Amino acid sequence: MEGRKSIISLAVFIVAAAGFPWILTNEYYISILILAGITAIGVVGLNLLLGFAGQISLGHAAFFGISAYTSAILTTNYGFPVLAGIIAGIILSAVVAFLIGMPALKLRALSLAMATLGFGLIVYIFLNETITLTGGPSGFVGIPRFNALGYEFYSDLAYYYLVAGVLTVVIVISLNLINSRAGRALKAIHSSENAARVMGINVFRFKLFVFVLSAVFAAIAGGLYAHYLSFVAPSSFGFHASLQLIVMAILGGMSSVWGGVIGALFLTAMPEFLRMYEELETILYGLILILCMMFMPQGLVGGLAKLSVYISDRLFRRRLK
Amino acid sequence: MDLGSTLQYLISGLTVGSTYGLTALGFTIIFNATRVINFAQGEFVMLGGMLAVYFAGAFNIGLIPAILLAVACTTLVGVCMERVAIRPVQGAHVVNIIIITIGVSIFIRGVAMIFLGKDTFVLPPFSGTQAIYFLGATIIPQSIWILLITMLVLLGLRAFFNNTIFGKAMLACSFEQKAAHLVGISVDRMVMLSFAISALVGSIGGVILTPITMTSYDVGIMLGLKGFAACILGGLGNPFGAAAGGLIIGVLEALGAGFISSAFKDAFAFIILLVILFVKPSGIFGRADIERV
Amino acid sequence: MNNNACLLKCTDIYVRFGGVMALSGVNFQAAKGSISALIGPNGAGKTTLLNVITGMIPHSDGSIEFNSRDLSKVATHIRSQEGMVRTFQNLEVFSHMSVLENVMTGAHNRYKYSVLDSIFKTPRYFARERECRQAALEKLKFVGLENEWNLPALDLPYGKQRLLELARAICGQPELILLDEPAAGLNPRETRTLGEVISAVRQDLGITVVLVEHDMELVMSISDEITVLNFGQVIATGTPGDIQNNPEVIKAYLGSED
Repeated sequence: MEGRKSIISLAVFIVAAAGFPWILTNEYYISILILAGITAIGVVGLNLLLGFAGQISLGHAAFFGISAYTSAILTTNYGFPVLAGIIAGIILSAVVAFLIGMPALKLRALSLAMATLGFGLIVYIFLNETITLTGGPSGFVGIPRFNALGYEFYSDLAYYYLVAGVLTVVIVISLNLINSRAGRALKAIHSSENAARVMGINVFRFKLFVFVLSAVFAAIAGGLYAHYLSFVAPSSFGFHASLQLIVMAILGGMSSVWGGVIGALFLTAMPEFLRMYEELETILYGLILILCMMFMPQGLVGGLAKLSVYISDRLFRRRLK
Repeated sequence: MDLGSTLQYLISGLTVGSTYGLTALGFTIIFNATRVINFAQGEFVMLGGMLAVYFAGAFNIGLIPAILLAVACTTLVGVCMERVAIRPVQGAHVVNIIIITIGVSIFIRGVAMIFLGKDTFVLPPFSGTQAIYFLGATIIPQSIWILLITMLVLLGLRAFFNNTIFGKAMLACSFEQKAAHLVGISVDRMVMLSFAISALVGSIGGVILTPITMTSYDVGIMLGLKGFAACILGGLGNPFGAAAGGLIIGVLEALGAGFISSAFKDAFAFIILLVILFVKPSGIFGRADIERV
Repeated sequence: MNNNACLLKCTDIYVRFGGVMALSGVNFQAAKGSISALIGPNGAGKTTLLNVITGMIPHSDGSIEFNSRDLSKVATHIRSQEGMVRTFQNLEVFSHMSVLENVMTGAHNRYKYSVLDSIFKTPRYFARERECRQAALEKLKFVGLENEWNLPALDLPYGKQRLLELARAICGQPELILLDEPAAGLNPRETRTLGEVISAVRQDLGITVVLVEHDMELVMSISDEITVLNFGQVIATGTPGDIQNNPEVIKAYLGSED
């Protein structure tokens, strides 16, 4: 049942993703979609941690940042090939996630939130202050464009398909994980850790696994980010960014992998559209957050689900008449 | 590491720590009443300072009236926030309400940015700049005002919670909402009161610190985060632990910045936080919990 | 009690909470294939003993032997893998899953496959998932919930959620299940059904049962042996007949029973 629903949604997603550039041909829109897609890769991972395993991470942007900077430094300053740089970034993020996760995941919910918050802030401050290494607040420039196997993804369109492809793989991995024994274990941990333990689930090991996996996804996104913009700055990886990621996961809908995708798309695209209101942008952003949470407690995915049920109800009722 | 500079750092740490403490206090009061972490708490602190500057400048009234007006206004903002954004979603998931507070904090920041501008502002010190020399340290009178006012606020709150009917009702709500409701306490009003008090306390913290650290529309973010860290440090749910946590963070931060490195000053608060969390997660003054199934 | 047939043996258990001695010198045994009950007034320490047996709280003294293995220092999830499962006084049904998924989770360690199998959807994934579903559906049928398999777990009425927890506990085919007040909140008819299911669990599935309960009719009707706790100490052990006539027990407990 779950498997079939997932395949249909996946098919819809692939068709939509492949088709987007034909509808939104403007370069500007494509670049927004690229950034939304990159963010989505990270948010899907965060969603697994937050929505399914029920663990809070308020410092997730740090993993984006660690990976982005690692790859940037290795490729720009030491001439590493891009793929190697990104892989190095992923490995470092995973190791850091493991080291932080070990003590932090033993804590209860709020303490875990605080620990990850503190961790995120420490990473941000480190990136900001170690100027000789990272270039400090003004950022790190000159990062080479992503290229692999001899092909350089020079055009935005090519990059879009690269990101869409990676996002699809990430989504498939997540869906498969959820529809499995591991997925049940995660949901069990979310509901009742005690009952999960009593069922023979090694709660701590699962939490650590999801935490590291979500960091790996964030790291992949960080690498794609660095080699797209060719520039990174610490301000993209601070508390505000971590908070944005959480909001995207929750706003999109925590209990569904698609929630992460929709949340990322919505909250990346929205500020761009609000930009035309200039000064009012911040106020409107805040208002939209408030209203969304008030009227769509299950997130956008829940809201869309309700909408589709409503529409199909009306159609169905008409046919009965 | 002479006595003079250590004392200096201690005093400046206690000074900033007082504001952290008052911010943390605000977090705790709302958390106790609603189980919600109010991410807009930092903005209450910001509004205290910013509005005081605005009123003093725009209406050309004295410093004290401006301060009183600013604190009153911020308290009103707190009440409005509760009425408009929190009460309608009473039964919602805690996480959703937290996001709403995030939305409110962004909203307040945006409004401040538009109407009060992006500049950095400052208030004149309450009683002049004549420094006092004590054991090799230079103390500015504003520091003494800050410590004094903070002490008064803490004592006042203590009296409020222990001796007035409203205060006791709030404590009852924080321990057991349903039972409090059953004995006739209006939980809604208590929640509103908690937001009002948090805004009051937060704005006072903002106003008293502005003459020293200046203020701008976005100071709320870092102050809020450090206040939150202080809360956890002291043991979430313990108001006086929160205040103490703020002072501790302020002092350790100042000592760290002075003796180790000032570039990483902001990081110290969070490093301390991580250490406490890994060693004693219930906070310094929290009870170590025994899990009962 | 024949030592060879002793599946669970708790010897001299002491548990301290702060200044309070929750359990002092408690000895408790469950023979293989038996239904052993643990009764006592509220606060006597019955749930505490279950928590100690399953490893959820530490004990300051004494030992716990399961299948002649000393499990005193072993983590809860490993005790479960050894064959010991429990249910909870306050229902701990998995709220984010359907009824079937809840029970499938009970068999988490019976039908194993790796994360890589999940991600790449290998034949082993499909085979084990199918087996797990089968086993879960069987257990749902056993407790009488087969028609509700697709519902969200929280949609079930309270009494059925209790049966769900039971189905989940037996799905992994443990050797021992510890039931913590399974009849709490059930009406007499539901309690009788529960009693039949528990007896069937022992009879047809060969699972040893330890039952903590307040409902005396249920306890007296299905238990082989009863241990009575009061203020953290064992005050009597014996058959239902022995216990009903034991003056100590009557004084401490049965006098004010329903």
